[in-house]
Amino acid sequence: MPILTEIAPVTLNNDEILRYSRHLIMPEVGMEGQLKIKAAKVLCIGAGGLGSPLALYLGAAGVGTLGIVDFDVVDYTNLQRQIIHSTADVGRPKLDSAAEKIKAMNPFVNIKKFNTHLSSDNALELFKEFDIICDGTDNFPTRYLVNDACVLTGKPNVYGSIFRFEGQASIFATKDGPCYRCLYPEPPPPGLVPSCAEGGVLGILPGLVGVIQATEAIKLILGSGDPLIGRLLLIDALGMKFRELKLRKNPDCPACGKNPTITKLIDYQEFCGIRGEEVEAEVTTSEMQVEDLKQRLDRGDDLYILDVREPHEYQICNIGGHLIPLGDLPNRVNELDTSKEIVAHCRSGVRSAKAVNFLRQTGFKKVHNLAGGILAWADRVDPKIPKY
Amino acid sequence: MPRIHIPTPLRQYAGKQPAVDVSGATIGEALSGLVSQHPDLRRHLYNDDGKLRAFVNVYLNDEDVRYLQKDATSVKDGDNISIVPSIAGGAASSHYLLASSNPNRTRLLAARS
Repeated sequence: MPILTEIAPVTLNNDEILRYSRHLIMPEVGMEGQLKIKAAKVLCIGAGGLGSPLALYLGAAGVGTLGIVDFDVVDYTNLQRQIIHSTADVGRPKLDSAAEKIKAMNPFVNIKKFNTHLSSDNALELFKEFDIICDGTDNFPTRYLVNDACVLTGKPNVYGSIFRFEGQASIFATKDGPCYRCLYPEPPPPGLVPSCAEGGVLGILPGLVGVIQATEAIKLILGSGDPLIGRLLLIDALGMKFRELKLRKNPDCPACGKNPTITKLIDYQEFCGIRGEEVEAEVTTSEMQVEDLKQRLDRGDDLYILDVREPHEYQICNIGGHLIPLGDLPNRVNELDTSKEIVAHCRSGVRSAKAVNFLRQTGFKKVHNLAGGILAWADRVDPKIPKY
Repeated sequence: MPRIHIPTPLRQYAGKQPAVDVSGATIGEALSGLVSQHPDLRRHLYNDDGKLRAFVNVYLNDEDVRYLQKDATSVKDGDNISIVPSIAGGAASSHYLLASSNPNRTRLLAARS
């Protein structure tokens, strides 16, 4: 299966020959393979947890053209796993930080920076310039966008995904293999599956999964080995177990099936149900600002502060609320007094909004959601509270 | 007894266990055994019509049950059943953090169980 769109007449200079010598002396790579790697154009979507090891290893291996799409800036909470960035990079665009590290390691890589939000408007044009797309994103709309754009442009999608200490990896959208929609025709409704920001992730795990993606990308370039096409690799870092499931191409797949209905890119926010909900929730959620809460507590108002985070989060910091994790709320709702005014909070305000909606449906009238959660409290009321 | 492997995101609804042994001669029976042991799992696995959700795949050993006999697929002692939901994590960008911290974008999903 030829992956490379064009093999330019590339050669290696003496510095490159020395640099790649451990590849060159391997029969599986050799000069021919190394020239393929140099001719290859790989696009990494995201310079985060998965993108860090991916871009670093692909750069080190000598991928000739390495594109990176990211519009984010480095944050302190990234450094636990996003090893391409350093403490001094906090506040800088991830794209600049990543490009600098790759360039420092291998000046022979041509890095193409795309400081943009991958969207239905730019994905097809962007993907056309590359041979392989590596998906290191963190949200469902972009996952489906990357998949559909790969199917439409005929580019393989080297896929990796992580949650807490569990990962998945595969290669989607090759000519005869399944695509992401064959595996998951629809995304989960927002909120049912927590994001890494809510659920956490073991810092080493993206390293493990990102390196698997890099390995698969190099194998596709070389055209050797047994790529993860039609197989879903499940990685359980806690049990250190790797399992493999069979993936089949779905003949009725809306993207890559016999009669595809997805012939152009769509609105992926809407497809993932993110937009329609804003209207629905606006009418039901009553918000309280952290300054108002502080003022009312200082005034001695009888407010019941309900903290819906998990016990391990309460240990990091708390504002003296009564702890009932969101998941336990339905079973422990009788601990609450309907006559009292309740202010629910969590870390950032997402889970507590769900709690407020739930309590309202259960018949509680005086419930507020603390806007921005304990993070806003730390920013605007009590700077001694640590943020996490 | 067949063993059902519970993925990380769903373990909190299954007594934090990574795997649960269930009785049942088919996939359908094994899964209903699982949700009767752990009722909180039901809304995560099934939609309101009682159908398995589209983002949850069930495997018997390494084979997707959609390509076997679905719920009617027979299972035997020692079989491994895996629940494999879609996960999206990768970069945890602050953009997504902001997007998901907008309470107006969330809705009630923790319905009364």
